[in-house]
Amino acid sequence: METSVVGKGLPKFDAYTKAKGTIAYADDFSLPGMLYAKVLRSKYPAAMIISINTARAKSLPGVHAVMTGKDVPHNNLRAKFGQSTDIGPNFEGLYRVLAEEKVRFLGEAIALVAADSEKIAEEALALIDVIYEQLPGVFDPIEALKQDAYLVGDNDTNLVSQFKIRQGDVETAFKSADVIVENTYSVPFKDHAFLEPESGVAWVDENGIITIRVCTQVIEHFRTVAEVLGIPHNHVRVIGTWVGGGFGGKEDITVESFLALLTWKTKRPVKLTYTREESFLAHSKRHPFVMKYKTGATKDGLLVALETELIADSGAYTYLSPWVLLYATVNAAGPYNIPNVKVDTVAVLTNNPFSSAYRGFGAVQPNFAYESQMDELARILDLDPLTIRLKNCLQQGDTLTTGADFGGSVAVREVAEKAWQALGPKRADPGKHIKLGRGLAVGMMSYGRLTFLHDTSRSYIKLELDGSVLMRSGIPDLGAGQAQALVQIAAEELGVPLEKIKIFTSDTSLTPLAGTSTATRQLYMSGNATLKAAREVKERLINKASVMLKADKTDLKFENEKIIRISEPDKYLALSTVIGQCSTDGDELYSEAQFNAPFTEVPVSDVITGQTFADFTFGAYAVEVAIDEETGEVNVERAVTCYDVGKAINPLNVEGQLEGGGVDSIGYALTENFVVEQGYLKSHSLAEYLLPTALDVPDIETILVESGAGIGPYGAKGIGEPACNAMAPAIINAIRDAVGVRITSLPATPEKILFAMLSRIK
Amino acid sequence: MEKRLIKVTINGKLRELFVKPNDLLLNVLRNDLNLMGTKYGCGIGECGACTVLLDGQTALACLILAVTVDGQEITTIEGMGDPAQLHPLQESFIEHGAVQCGFCTPGMLLAGEALLKENPNPNEEEIREYLRGNLCRCTGYAAIVKAIKSEAKCQSADPGTLSE
Ligand code: FES
Ligand code: FES
Repeated sequence: METSVVGKGLPKFDAYTKAKGTIAYADDFSLPGMLYAKVLRSKYPAAMIISINTARAKSLPGVHAVMTGKDVPHNNLRAKFGQSTDIGPNFEGLYRVLAEEKVRFLGEAIALVAADSEKIAEEALALIDVIYEQLPGVFDPIEALKQDAYLVGDNDTNLVSQFKIRQGDVETAFKSADVIVENTYSVPFKDHAFLEPESGVAWVDENGIITIRVCTQVIEHFRTVAEVLGIPHNHVRVIGTWVGGGFGGKEDITVESFLALLTWKTKRPVKLTYTREESFLAHSKRHPFVMKYKTGATKDGLLVALETELIADSGAYTYLSPWVLLYATVNAAGPYNIPNVKVDTVAVLTNNPFSSAYRGFGAVQPNFAYESQMDELARILDLDPLTIRLKNCLQQGDTLTTGADFGGSVAVREVAEKAWQALGPKRADPGKHIKLGRGLAVGMMSYGRLTFLHDTSRSYIKLELDGSVLMRSGIPDLGAGQAQALVQIAAEELGVPLEKIKIFTSDTSLTPLAGTSTATRQLYMSGNATLKAAREVKERLINKASVMLKADKTDLKFENEKIIRISEPDKYLALSTVIGQCSTDGDELYSEAQFNAPFTEVPVSDVITGQTFADFTFGAYAVEVAIDEETGEVNVERAVTCYDVGKAINPLNVEGQLEGGGVDSIGYALTENFVVEQGYLKSHSLAEYLLPTALDVPDIETILVESGAGIGPYGAKGIGEPACNAMAPAIINAIRDAVGVRITSLPATPEKILFAMLSRIK
Repeated sequence: MEKRLIKVTINGKLRELFVKPNDLLLNVLRNDLNLMGTKYGCGIGECGACTVLLDGQTALACLILAVTVDGQEITTIEGMGDPAQLHPLQESFIEHGAVQCGFCTPGMLLAGEALLKENPNPNEEEIREYLRGNLCRCTGYAAIVKAIKSEAKCQSADPGTLSE
């Protein structure tokens, strides 16, 4: 299908105000009479709160409210974490607004203060007397699973959830394997470190509605906030701001409930913005995993069996752990055809920071493990990294380990070949201490939510009498061009220039709910909803124009704000003329359309079978690293990525996702180590927690494959999260290539590499 | 604490401000002058989101006491280009997709501008080196580096676009 706006790397409309510095992020907004909030956080990772005395804090001049768990109408909720579908207790968890009795992690919120200034609020925090009794806690998920382990919460087990996959018979298959590779891999906590710390302002509007203007990926948390307050859902309104980065870290509730409680109590506007240090303490992390992998192959390099055990550290609360674990389970075998597979996964509570969503959501952890395994197998069998992958990768028509069919396109072969070949001929090692190495990795990840979540999205398009277009969508824009994509789709369908379209986003009371900006679902879900809405209004215009032009409906096209007769291009009507006629005749000039993802049933057993996702995105990374043998320092010299994106609605934004996702995973591979010791954070700042800087990373060379076979609009697939796959294992494999050591725990710090090199010599 | 009078030129306009000795420049810009384009990302000099130009050089507003800038010239993102027209480097950022969430963008743009003043024709390595103190979590830096490089090329090809 030929398109004129879709498929163009046009600058996104929000880039202008962002470049001018005039866009109002959450903290850039204030109201008259506004109070400032601060949160008192636990000093211990595991403790019993014996008492909280707020009397001194309350009597401090300038303090308007001090609240503890007792003041929260519904402090303990069985939460569905932003879900609108009821999917049963296995996917719910406790959402506790303020700690009561048992404290579960360091930095858990205990009390709230609202005061005339931040300074007074801070002083008030110091005047709240909390008496704790420290408890032993448990900090290792394997320990936490033991019979007599310390119990993190109020249940009689620390187990959060477990899943299995059973395909074929691994035991027999391993007996027939010529080679078996066995390794245990581990990955640490990872912090999102979005540049914009959590922030929001809340107020009670003139109709008594609790209104919260906040940076969030999920405006649907308005329902949870209403339940916390015990008021009807429609009495809470969340206005989502342009978000200064989310990456999953603004998927769970951050400041919303705190703000709602304080504004409800004081009837004054309240602002709460976290400091960077508090942000590290307060929001979720990517799950650390311990991953045992046993992979067997024939001497020709054909995979015969995979057995794996994944243990995820959920930290102190459930949050999205069951879902992340399910993603990890389904992705554990990677994009390979393995006849015999046994996967066992478990997520466990500890007194560590809580883990939840992080871009890549359970797909990236096993990706590091299975791609390291493939590399080891290739080395033992003396195959090159591409060959072993091509021998085993999924092809069109293959099934997933759960038995589900892949629809769409399975382009593993193509992306692996393209990325690897783009590296070109090998270079000689540049100097004595510098060794070059190359690595390849592929990856798979779903886009769109788990199909049993019965996901839906809505979008609204309205034609103005002057021919301009107004759109409304609840879509939170995190900077990836989420809103721009919808505008480009409407422009494409209606033949209207981008400048003539205005979109209003992210308001639970005024825009149709589009669902969360998570799970790489917005282009797919809201893109399809927008396409549907646009085609509905288009249909009405065509009907009208065909009468006005006395032309067959199929003989009309939309172009340059005109409806034109294809057979006689000099016969046309201005779009505004047709709109005017529709208006005169009383035809609807708007459409609100809903798109429903394919629905499946909630899994009844922990053995996962059948369809869990609607479609997958496949991609590859090929890298070249240089390692200083004396210092162990790794420099990623080149990085080429190739992904099948289905259709690039906006290639500029797609490339941006690949570049950003790739660099995020360079951090994962080499520098980002969120250290937690016995529940205490050792990373408090961006000087201790090292994000890649411009100097640490190469240009990311991107190759887009457009199979057109995705289930998004125009055949698009999702790219935001899958973009984090493959880079980390490609780097680790390149390190193996350069200096002969296999790093099995991330990040691959210089010390780790040097140590591995030394122990190899011994 | 007693406030002191300082005189600073902010985005080309001379301003007289009363500031406390411990007021940070970042807070004065944001809270007193409503110049919200300068961002807080860490408050301790580690992210570059608060980058401004102080007498043409990059400076971190979260580390500077407002009293110390008395008599100096400050450019914030609001002073880049003019209200009617974007600065060419802003255009270049937009065109190259160097703006995602935009939270690092003001700092990146000002750092880029300072670099091009110092070194009108930087190579990729020099650009990356110069941006080392400005973190971006969204773009992977590729588009930002390209945007600066392409603007450098334009400037050296066409001296007419140099504003000074
Ligand atoms: S806010 Fe100044 S460097 Fe981060
Ligand atoms: S664009 Fe988001 S931090 Fe740079």
